Amino acid sequence: MKPLLLAKDIEKTYPDGTRALRGVSLSIEKGEFVAIMGPSGSGKSTLLHVLGFLDRQSSGVYTFDGNTIDDYREDEVAHVRNKKMGFVFQTFNLLPRTSALDNVKLPLLYSSVEESKWNTMALDVLDLVGLSHRTEHDPAELSGGEKQRVAIARALVNNPSVIFADEPTGNLDSKSGMDILKILADLHTARRTIVLITHEQYLSEFAQRIIYIKDGMVEKDDRVESRRKV
Amino acid sequence: MTLKYSVKTAFVGLKTNKTRSGLTILGIVIGITSIILVMSIGQGAENLILNEISGFGAETIAIRPGQEPKGPSDIGQTLFSDSLKIRDVELLKKKSNVPHLVDIMPVLIVPGSISYQGETYRPMTMGGSAEFISSAFNVFPGEGVLFDEQDIKDRASVVVIGSKVRRELFGESDAVGKFIKIKGRKFRVVGVLAEKGQVSLFNLNDLAIVPYTTAQAYLLGIDYFNEIITKVDNPENVARTVVDIEATLRQSHNITDPDKDDFFVVTSQAAVEQIKSIIGALTVFLSSVVAIALVVAGVGVMNIMLVSVTERTKEVGLRKAVGATDRDILFQFLLEAAMLTGLGGVIAIILGAFLSFTVAFTLTQYTNLQWEYTFPVSAALLGITVSTLVGVVFGLYPARKASKKSPIEALGYE
Repeated sequence: MKPLLLAKDIEKTYPDGTRALRGVSLSIEKGEFVAIMGPSGSGKSTLLHVLGFLDRQSSGVYTFDGNTIDDYREDEVAHVRNKKMGFVFQTFNLLPRTSALDNVKLPLLYSSVEESKWNTMALDVLDLVGLSHRTEHDPAELSGGEKQRVAIARALVNNPSVIFADEPTGNLDSKSGMDILKILADLHTARRTIVLITHEQYLSEFAQRIIYIKDGMVEKDDRVESRRKV
Repeated sequence: MTLKYSVKTAFVGLKTNKTRSGLTILGIVIGITSIILVMSIGQGAENLILNEISGFGAETIAIRPGQEPKGPSDIGQTLFSDSLKIRDVELLKKKSNVPHLVDIMPVLIVPGSISYQGETYRPMTMGGSAEFISSAFNVFPGEGVLFDEQDIKDRASVVVIGSKVRRELFGESDAVGKFIKIKGRKFRVVGVLAEKGQVSLFNLNDLAIVPYTTAQAYLLGIDYFNEIITKVDNPENVARTVVDIEATLRQSHNITDPDKDDFFVVTSQAAVEQIKSIIGALTVFLSSVVAIALVVAGVGVMNIMLVSVTERTKEVGLRKAVGATDRDILFQFLLEAAMLTGLGGVIAIILGAFLSFTVAFTLTQYTNLQWEYTFPVSAALLGITVSTLVGVVFGLYPARKASKKSPIEALGYE
């Protein structure tokens, strides 16, 4: 089976000369739950940006679902992000003064999905993350954990091939963090592909596989024999 | 993104910063309100002046002494010129000289007040012909009679007064047959004009008319006239009659070069055209000033939109991460700017309509002017278009800036 994400010798050098990635190669299959781990400054977020078509590598080849970013025009890259990728950020990035429901609908605004289906789709994913009772609340009225669940619902609403989660529990207390991990684990059980970025060892142990990044290079790529249960 | 959601998103964006949005469109509101006011008042003034002039009739021709004024500084020489005399009037009356002329009245302005038994009043006193005024303005004596040609020939000390003059001097008692004093000379009131009001440049209620011969001989001591007004048999013959009048007067004044004319002829039509062009030029001038103000307001909109784009950098990053294209972002911010300034335009139209109505109402209520309220539909449409256009033009740069942001830099922006 062809891997969903395939990176070969990925390098990324920023305009100021910083070499964030120095020849990263990895492949991720459909349905895998992979944690990318490393200390801060190791290049893991840069790697996620490249994997998520949010940024371009300086050299090397990266294919997502068989295509490189150069196969697409700029607006087509946006459509790939919209249809095939879901993002969960550490700082939630919800639109202020906008209800949870409307926040979740955001990717649908830029999709080809018929408008008549938007509400049902958004309500379904809000129900999936256990927020069906908070749909009309603004981010300001939600707790940190609830905000992150809205963000996960937003990442899920367009039924993407992969979910990229960048330190999703970084701004949460341990209980809320566990709730989020449980949702991610459940999504994996439902055959979703998940790429989790974290710097905390215990979180990565919920994944199937841990890729250790250090100084912009893959240090280790381990299969987790006995996964933690939430 | 669908238009409906684009509008909704832009609306939420504007609602989020109500005070800022309000302040941003203030310049637009003031600019467009000014356009509406200038155009409405300009139209009102034009209507008023045109009504005044047309009240005089299309078949009326006025002859004034001196050279035709080319600007305000030339008006003085018209007032002090003594070129129009009784000989001219006699020549113009001749059918062989001016065949279509049916009536003629020399006019003299008599400054100062009039009095009756200690009561003093300052009406507009003129030397002229009561019969001419009566037929030209369609006003008839409410009491007494008009003085006639014989009175004019005899330089009789008689006067016809307007209804207001009568009230001011005589109160409720009879005026006809009483003697009033003008410049120390006694004049017998022979008639009082019926209530009429403002017609053309005269308020007929506030008029005192004495024979022009009397005004020349006993009140002013001059042998010339301030103006000669004539009536033509048919408005179609006005142009021809102007030529006849000019030829007659040139012959009378021994003038061969028309550039050296010591008189000029004014027709209602020419006056209408002149007033229209003056008001038109004024409106264009004021509108240009407002246009500059609108450009300044537009720069203000651009400034605020730039602040807004910077503040919402993270939002731009998020939208791009979830699938917004550069065009989606550009359109969103452009629509926001256009909606903001368009709203300013709508507010300005309502405000402009209200203010111009207030001006019209106040002028009608507190002055004698028959000011007609006009809502300039063309200015309103222009206002909406211009304000929206200002939003689009001045919103383009900030919107483009937003659309070009990289999602990663935008998401990482603090």
